[in-house]
Amino acid sequence: MAKELLKGNVAIAEASVRAGCRAYFGYPITPQTELLEYLSSRMIALGRVFLQAESEVAAINMVYGAACTGARVMTSSSSPGFSLMQEGLSYIAASDLPCVVVDVMRGGPGLGNILPSQGDYFQVTRSAGHGDYHPIVLAPATVQEAIDMTVLAFDLADHYRHLVILALDGLIGQMMEPAELPEWQADLPTPDWAVTGAANRAPNRITSMHLRADESEAYNQHIQRRLERIRAAEQRSIEMYTDDAELLVIGFGSAGRIAASAVEMAREDGLNVGLFRPQTLYPFPSERLAELAEQVGACLVVEMNAGQMLDDVRLAVNGRAPVEFFGRMGGAIPLPEEILDTIEMLCWSLHVVE
Amino acid sequence: MIPAAELERVYERPESLTALHTNYCPGCTHGVAHRLLAEALDELDLREQTILVAPVGCAVFAYEYFNLDGCEAAHGRAPAMATGIKRLLPDRTVLTYQGDGDLASIGIAEIIHAAARGEAITTIFVNNAIYGMTGGQMAPTSLPNQRTTSSPSGRDVALTGQPLRVSEMLATLPGAAYVVRRSLHDPANIRKAKKAILTAIQVQQRGLGFSMVELLSTCPTNWGMTPADALTWVKDHMLSIYPLGDYKVSDAARELSA
Repeated sequence: MAKELLKGNVAIAEASVRAGCRAYFGYPITPQTELLEYLSSRMIALGRVFLQAESEVAAINMVYGAACTGARVMTSSSSPGFSLMQEGLSYIAASDLPCVVVDVMRGGPGLGNILPSQGDYFQVTRSAGHGDYHPIVLAPATVQEAIDMTVLAFDLADHYRHLVILALDGLIGQMMEPAELPEWQADLPTPDWAVTGAANRAPNRITSMHLRADESEAYNQHIQRRLERIRAAEQRSIEMYTDDAELLVIGFGSAGRIAASAVEMAREDGLNVGLFRPQTLYPFPSERLAELAEQVGACLVVEMNAGQMLDDVRLAVNGRAPVEFFGRMGGAIPLPEEILDTIEMLCWSLHVVE
Repeated sequence: MIPAAELERVYERPESLTALHTNYCPGCTHGVAHRLLAEALDELDLREQTILVAPVGCAVFAYEYFNLDGCEAAHGRAPAMATGIKRLLPDRTVLTYQGDGDLASIGIAEIIHAAARGEAITTIFVNNAIYGMTGGQMAPTSLPNQRTTSSPSGRDVALTGQPLRVSEMLATLPGAAYVVRRSLHDPANIRKAKKAILTAIQVQQRGLGFSMVELLSTCPTNWGMTPADALTWVKDHMLSIYPLGDYKVSDAARELSA
């Protein structure tokens, strides 16, 4: 298929349609609203389900119900609205339901603003609601990657019967880039666990409740075994100039993309700098990062928050190299030049130490 | 002794109920409500086409007690969950079974909007004027001066407002096709409740809009009464605050209930 000029939010919406999303329930919130607006006509035209819910709380619970029927379903929101979905996300995760949720992150905390941010990192990677689990979290840095990851998100959700969150910041959601849309996916059969009416079989029951401690612990162990499989198979990352890097710059999403520009500028100045961009935030690509940490003199984490992925980087690096941080917050977008300043300073100090 | 072959079976467990023993307290009317709903599904031959959404509250295990496909909602969110199911499976019968804490308090937004959309689902609303599962706290439906564990001196309406009459509220919405209040305090009223449940489900089957049957119910344990006294308390105290009646019967629904 040919490339088209596509806005991030619209591209994700159309990609979800082609990936076989049968139902979308959502609530307007900037900077993700175009996704909802696009699907409002697109889904109805295709005879699929679109419903604007009365709140994000209702939207995620409609998704919960729709997911129980075994169909591919999705909702989208932005940080404050995503906060309202936490309860439903936890129930969905604890019911082994496949489901895709898009969080187009904006400045916070509180009402914050509608500018791009990566301040939801902890919220999306640590649990997404109460309890003891992690969703799979995908973090695109371009419109093309947002499209590809939308398709991947539905596939991973079905494969693992697990909640998948597409976490992008408002920059990716709002910008237009040339990108290629995916092929149409054929309709999938209804899974045997779905609630569709107990005709010619025993009733199917979907619940997240396990009253007894031994049953509940056994269920938790089942989730943990699944997460182990996910961690073993799904760590994804992109690298630039890592072969001879003395300094490794690490960033995800827009911050990773801006950091890539700074790395290119540093290379032009003759500095041995590389880039590591996690594409999965959960599972965090710790294994590859640990290998790289053996080779480099130092790491620099760049984020559009006060340092959240920084924790995961430190856990992965585990003392093999010093880990420094540069971040902007509250919707401020880092410039390649200010990242370059930090890169130059760190490269200088690496050589002074030598 | 009459030979077994000559015995006629006149009463048995509805196919839509499982043989599981329930967790309900002795004398609680949840058992009656469950039986009426199961009988209605059997009579309409809908057991295999029905999906039940259970609430958070005493009926949290309803999905185990009914021999139906079922799922378990978050507290108050059953109408949203049922909406998601019904939109994907419009030819199935989708039910929510909710108590008054679940529906009238934390889930009031979800039930109002489901009714406003004319969502073709049926809600069985069990109103016993108290939070049962958490041990008898005040609900929005608790009566003035009713003693609960969170209103130990009796519900002070100056501080906490008057009882919320959900059926009357939902009846104002055009999307609501059938909204009635019945009671489970004596056999005559139980028979009327059964008829209303049958009508409500038929309203859904015909796609006429949202349908709800509110059932005045007892909570002997948390009211601190014997089961018999609890039934009398419904008659003597609840009926005046929650008058029985048909609050909304759309023209199309009227033909069914006639």
